[in-house]
Amino acid sequence: MEFKKTRQGYVDGLKELAKTNDKILVLDADVAKATQTFEFEAAYPDRFFNCGVQEQNMLSVAAGLSLEGFTPFASTFGVFATCRGGDQMRNSIAYPKLNVKVGATHCGLTTGGDGASHQANEDIAIVRSFPNFTVLVPGDYEEAKQATIAAASHDGPVYLRFGRDAYPVIPAVHGEFRIGQAKVLQMGNDLTIITTGIMVSEGIKAARMLEEQGHSIRLLHLPTIKPIDTAAIVEAAKATKGIVTAEEHSVIGGLGEAVAGVVSEHWPKPVLRIGMQDVFGESGQAQELMDKYGLRARNIVEAGQKILTQFYPTI
Amino acid sequence: MLTTETKRFLVDKVKTVRHQILTMVHGAQSGHIGGSLGAAEITVALYYHLMKHDPKRPDWGERDRFILSKGHCTPLIYSVLADAGYFPEEDLTTFRRPGSHLQGHPFQPKTPGIEASTGTLGLGLSTACGMALAAKLRGEAQYYYVLCGDGEIQEGQIWEAAMFANKYKLNNLIAFVDRNYLQTDGYSEDIMPLDPLAPKWESFGWEVHKIDGNDLEHIILTVQAAQQSEKPVMIIAKTLKGKGVPFMENAAEWHGKPPSTAEYETAIQTLY
Repeated sequence: MEFKKTRQGYVDGLKELAKTNDKILVLDADVAKATQTFEFEAAYPDRFFNCGVQEQNMLSVAAGLSLEGFTPFASTFGVFATCRGGDQMRNSIAYPKLNVKVGATHCGLTTGGDGASHQANEDIAIVRSFPNFTVLVPGDYEEAKQATIAAASHDGPVYLRFGRDAYPVIPAVHGEFRIGQAKVLQMGNDLTIITTGIMVSEGIKAARMLEEQGHSIRLLHLPTIKPIDTAAIVEAAKATKGIVTAEEHSVIGGLGEAVAGVVSEHWPKPVLRIGMQDVFGESGQAQELMDKYGLRARNIVEAGQKILTQFYPTI
Repeated sequence: MLTTETKRFLVDKVKTVRHQILTMVHGAQSGHIGGSLGAAEITVALYYHLMKHDPKRPDWGERDRFILSKGHCTPLIYSVLADAGYFPEEDLTTFRRPGSHLQGHPFQPKTPGIEASTGTLGLGLSTACGMALAAKLRGEAQYYYVLCGDGEIQEGQIWEAAMFANKYKLNNLIAFVDRNYLQTDGYSEDIMPLDPLAPKWESFGWEVHKIDGNDLEHIILTVQAAQQSEKPVMIIAKTLKGKGVPFMENAAEWHGKPPSTAEYETAIQTLY
């Protein structure tokens, strides 16, 4: 299996955009070597602005650039953008609905060694709650590149979520990228698994494991958390006994609660959420942390079995 | 030097604006009166003498921009924009009411003439930096004026913007700090001391001027000098919070309190 960084998809998308769109500007806050935007700087030095360790200023500067007609991509780690810069994302960008893109890397538990202070496990929840923001959580390198390109042609604030690690390349998600559209990876009638971001590979593995046990699994991948694809989720709720969601993020306020909200309002069925269970992470290798915090295919399978056996014992 | 005629015109405008500020805040029974009154001369000098702008074409690309970073002083900017002709004066009676385009704090998408949404303190100077940088990228020559509160510059983000403006040589940025020494909870030097203020900005690479911010001529001559600067400019404008209404002057309690009808009537009389 091939592994590639989603943040590399971000900068490759930016470089491609810049070829044809002279409104594209890139800002960073002294983490250009980590977000990978240093590659953009090398290619387009006049369109790159390193703001130093000033996430708050960078986000409001981006607002100012967009007011003057540019399309700025403000780049930093997810924790710094959404927690340190939460006010600026809300009041400078979301409220006036400005055309600012926030490229957040090093999101989620797999940020690894830097520990909990740097692992953004609540960023989706924060940004999702801001009106006007679109939230994109691509699953692999190619989808990250597609999402970056799609963000530029969407008029309004977009939050792009990328990780630090190299993640499996998943050809199944490489179809056309449309903001707001779920990717139905396979149809099935017993159980639905819905993933976002890099959890897509665990979702695919879990589906294989459940199929070996004789279950028919529907598999949805949601690279857009907001606006959420209500139709695809409701259809899945109608067709299957329940849904397991999987995200590299807190179960509070992320994909799981977004899906549960749709399901409970339109077609109530059990929804079990795999993700960070309201705890901070810690330092470690990405892979060992995913084991320790229950972000694995086997955790999805266990939740799936619960739905298939416990919630509807008579079915 | 200003001609007597110009001076009289501007002084009258300041009175009109102060009258409107009092009427708006009294009408809404909500809003920030003291800081609005105190910065009336600065705003009038900009909109009626210094800035290149056209109320009939709020989106005109070559206009100078004004960003109210101390966003709570909407009674001031709305009064000026209405008087200048950006929107009908009767809109002012809708201030802070449901459905109004005149929100408690500036909301750029809705209000003609408002250049940036501000409200939580510290945002406006950074936003103005982004706008001024955009003008530099396009090779355009307009000015970006910013009004900050003195309490506001206790925000860390202000000093981030101060570094940024210096790095990118934003000499098209001319900012004011409305130095009235009062903030919500009291005297600024008790709450969080700011003095000595000029050396702070100078050490961040800005050209600094200290002026009487209630003196129209002093404001105008200083801005004209600032327009020639090679650096971003900070004008430390000593003002009297509540200026023009003696019982509101230099009183922290009038930061965000609406006047009763009796107080309003007295206030109007003292203006003229």
